[in-house]
Amino acid sequence: MPGLEDLYREIILDHHRNPRNRGDLPPPAAHAVGHNPLCGDEIDIYLAVEGDVVSDVKVGGQGCSISQSSASMMSQAVKGKPVAEVRALVRRFKGMMSIPDDDGNPIEPDTSVALGDLEALQGVVKFPVRIKCATLAWNTLLEALEQA
Amino acid sequence: MTTTPLDVRALREQFPVLSRQIDGQPLVYLDSANTSQKPLAVIEAMDSFLRTSYAPINRSAYRLAAEATDAYEGARSDVRRFINARRDHEVVFTKNATESLNLVVQTWARANMAAGDAVVLTHMEHHANIVPWQMLAAERGIEIRWVPLADDGQLDLTDLPRLLEGAKAFSFTAMSNVLGTITPVAELVRAAHAAGAVAIVDGCQYVPHNVTDVQAWDADFLSFSSHKMCGPSGIGVLWGREELLDAMPPFLGGGNMIADVRLDGFTTAPLPAKFEAGTPPITEAIGLGAAVRFLESLGMANVRRHEVEMAEHATRTLTERFGDDIQLHGPRNLEVRGATFSFGFRGIHPHDLSQVLDQRNVCVRAGHHCAKPLMRLLGVNATARASFYLYNDHDDVEVLAEALDSASDIFAF
Repeated sequence: MPGLEDLYREIILDHHRNPRNRGDLPPPAAHAVGHNPLCGDEIDIYLAVEGDVVSDVKVGGQGCSISQSSASMMSQAVKGKPVAEVRALVRRFKGMMSIPDDDGNPIEPDTSVALGDLEALQGVVKFPVRIKCATLAWNTLLEALEQA
Repeated sequence: MTTTPLDVRALREQFPVLSRQIDGQPLVYLDSANTSQKPLAVIEAMDSFLRTSYAPINRSAYRLAAEATDAYEGARSDVRRFINARRDHEVVFTKNATESLNLVVQTWARANMAAGDAVVLTHMEHHANIVPWQMLAAERGIEIRWVPLADDGQLDLTDLPRLLEGAKAFSFTAMSNVLGTITPVAELVRAAHAAGAVAIVDGCQYVPHNVTDVQAWDADFLSFSSHKMCGPSGIGVLWGREELLDAMPPFLGGGNMIADVRLDGFTTAPLPAKFEAGTPPITEAIGLGAAVRFLESLGMANVRRHEVEMAEHATRTLTERFGDDIQLHGPRNLEVRGATFSFGFRGIHPHDLSQVLDQRNVCVRAGHHCAKPLMRLLGVNATARASFYLYNDHDDVEVLAEALDSASDIFAF
């Protein structure tokens, strides 16, 4: 079986201990709430979009180390990025998590999209139960983007 | 009641899965409040029935079918005896305890509750005893009242008479799946009846672990599941008072539940067929019957005694070892609790905790335990839960404690 070191990489634990971009944003920033119905975890994503750019993002809610660190890294990765690039990053990340696209086909990795620290979450795939933890923030981000 | 200790070492050999090793280490199964493991008696009864006697029930004249019908009805008698019900036909086989509770709400409550009528529930109910009532409330405007909790994880009964005033039903758990709290069922039934309310008991966590006597309780309905009491999944039980079941409209419509069908309508079959539409879980009923006889051979008072001892040992071991770093939820008084412990540990999220425990094959539940209102009252999103059953021993507690230690190593802040 895969070892816990594949899952709990140091950078993940660091984001868990010191989550970045915690807090909220007042309206008119978009606000979406994501639930993991299996464990009761909740995540709040606040998203400010100016023009075509995600100008600010904040993360609230509670969750396990995987969902919290994923949200923290995501917030760092999308802040200041054009919306189109954010969407490409979501797609790349979901592909890494073995999530198929809307038609049920595997997502081919678009190597022009840099994952940076997010690559540390790759080990989650070896623990299928935890994939939902890692993707919770990303699905919630998509909902917030729809509102923005 | 005199009891004799369970021979757990010998008992464990009756459960084949407990001899399984993963990564060269034994399995430490502490998730029986979720679902229990199965003894050879159940596995072999189902296997043998499928090999020699499987046939439709209640509808064919040949001998094989008669044999299958007798076996199925024999299981019903086993269950009746196990809960000390008066008559076999008061025992209705369902899919699970959730369906049993939905059956009561969709038939009894629909026939007896109108807008403005009230049902009383408690803050420690499982979603299965909350959502069906909320569905009826949304449709019909019934009122839901809540019995709150006291600080020690027991029900706060101070206002119970006022809450029950004018209520049509009081539906409550006999044992909390989160806190382990055993509620004073007979007292709650008396209070319900004094107010003219029907008493519905969710026995899903209680029945597998204690002596159950519906007549001593004087209850009106009792729901429970086979899979938590050494039986197979796919079958549950609703016991109800004959006169109540008789007066209720049917639940699912179809074969087996009718006396006659014409183009302009139908009449229902007598109990219990009235509530068993379609081909039931036949083999699963055989398995449940075998589970009941297995538990009877141990003696439920002996099972309870073992679990009180396990609860005492687990509480002492974990508290001595971890002090304030572990928060055990639920009553301290072992008289009013079962061996199911929700806990927090050093601020580590339960998902992470169960992941680390899994490295030692320690199987615990992590999450909201289908009791989100209670979790909100406890001020947590989730807990880890270790639940002990008749096949658990002190070694299991020791491995749990060691595995908790290793979780601290990874998540030390």
